[in-house]
Amino acid sequence: MSRDARRYVSGPLPLDSVAPDSSFISLLESEGMAPSWEAASGDIEVPEATTVLAVRYRDGVVMAGDRRATAGNVIAHRRVQKVFPADDYSAVAISGTAGMAVELIKLFQTELEHYEKIEGTRLSLEGKANYLARMVRNHLPLAFQGLAVVPLFCGYDQEASQGRLYTFDVVGGRYEEQDYATTGSGGAEAKAFIKSVHDPEMDEDAALRTAVEALIAAAEEDVATGGPDLRRRIYPNVVTVTADGYTEIGEDRIAAVAAEALEARP
Amino acid sequence: MSMPIYVPPEQLIKDRAEFAKKGIARGRPIVVLEYTGGILLLGENPSGSLQKIGEIYDRVAFAGVGRFNEFESLRVAGIRYADIKGYSYGRGDVTAKGLANAYAQTLGHVFTHEIKPYEIEVIVAEIGDEPQDNQIFRIQFDGTLRDLQKFGAIGGDEDHLMGRLQADYVDGLDLDASLRLGCNAIESIESEAIPNDGWEAAVLDRANNRRKFRRIDEATIAAARAGS
Repeated sequence: MSRDARRYVSGPLPLDSVAPDSSFISLLESEGMAPSWEAASGDIEVPEATTVLAVRYRDGVVMAGDRRATAGNVIAHRRVQKVFPADDYSAVAISGTAGMAVELIKLFQTELEHYEKIEGTRLSLEGKANYLARMVRNHLPLAFQGLAVVPLFCGYDQEASQGRLYTFDVVGGRYEEQDYATTGSGGAEAKAFIKSVHDPEMDEDAALRTAVEALIAAAEEDVATGGPDLRRRIYPNVVTVTADGYTEIGEDRIAAVAAEALEARP
Repeated sequence: MSMPIYVPPEQLIKDRAEFAKKGIARGRPIVVLEYTGGILLLGENPSGSLQKIGEIYDRVAFAGVGRFNEFESLRVAGIRYADIKGYSYGRGDVTAKGLANAYAQTLGHVFTHEIKPYEIEVIVAEIGDEPQDNQIFRIQFDGTLRDLQKFGAIGGDEDHLMGRLQADYVDGLDLDASLRLGCNAIESIESEAIPNDGWEAAVLDRANNRRKFRRIDEATIAAARAGS
């Protein structure tokens, strides 16, 4: 922690804070506390998070991710969480270098809550997506080192009364997708599956089934993606974002969907 | 060369305190009440946009009386303090006690070092898992820090308000009953009735998930006041 950072740890609070706006990241920067990774040359093997996806359905968006993280050809973690709430009405999922991605999400969550508390109102969905794009763009130098972070973002747009989803690329490009989006090593396979069954008017049960089955399809072709593991009781993380907000789907329900889907696979 | 006029330090402090107290008494009060499901913060506030009560962190809320710009700067500094602490360490490490101490030092510093003391008083409340774990702190213009049990009031005609609360408060109030009690207490020191849209209220609700803070809308206040 820098010398400045102690201003908020002990003694009188700085009322003259130099932070220019309601942004938490600007505040960390002005206090010299923003997390940074020095770009250096050389190869390192760090855990990578793999397949995540988002699918639009009747009530909003369902978002899911497998649980595996790999380092080279080793399974680094079997129970990684890759889908997170961004705030009450949006969710974010990650693929890429796991350590940095998790930190990026923690920052993004804090940023949204910080803004909401100081301003007394939430950022618009578009505003949140743009901010996330900026955070990804700031990681660009690290992407050249092979330490890329690529998120997937979705939320419920209360003004338009519909779910919306966004994809990003390593340079911070932000693209709004119509019906579904995937990213990570098994993304192409998952996308091909979703494309074959997607119906924007499907109900929640069908949406969950589509999400879980797409991950199974990805796991069948991509070794870095972990399918549902019934023996170890490891199931994908699945969440929905609807007019009622962010909801995590319980493990029991996902276990049932996964068992059914595995049974039905050719 | 002229000699500066000597002012005894006792007099200086007394003058400053009197100045601050006068400013605070001119403002409208805030009451804080513990009810069975959480902690209620309530005040008269005809403005819908300039709020006196706010969320600081998962379990911690803030309320201020006096000059708006002065307690607003404390509120923002408190959110920054809490978010930095929660981000650097863990969410559970942000406590009302830590924040109240930081506010006390801040106000104490301003009181002795700045040209003019802040004409404000603030409340920091934290909800516990059980009612006996609730913590409510009150920080005065000079940095005096006290903890409150069950209920309290800051600003306005505080002595009358406290007397009224002491007489009426009973354990085991639900939210509606505590809203009614708070509204009646505040109205008792005002010259005229306060309309339902003239209140600002928020609770730290134990039943909420992570973020316990929730604002209470006009309809809920109206319904509570209409009940008996």
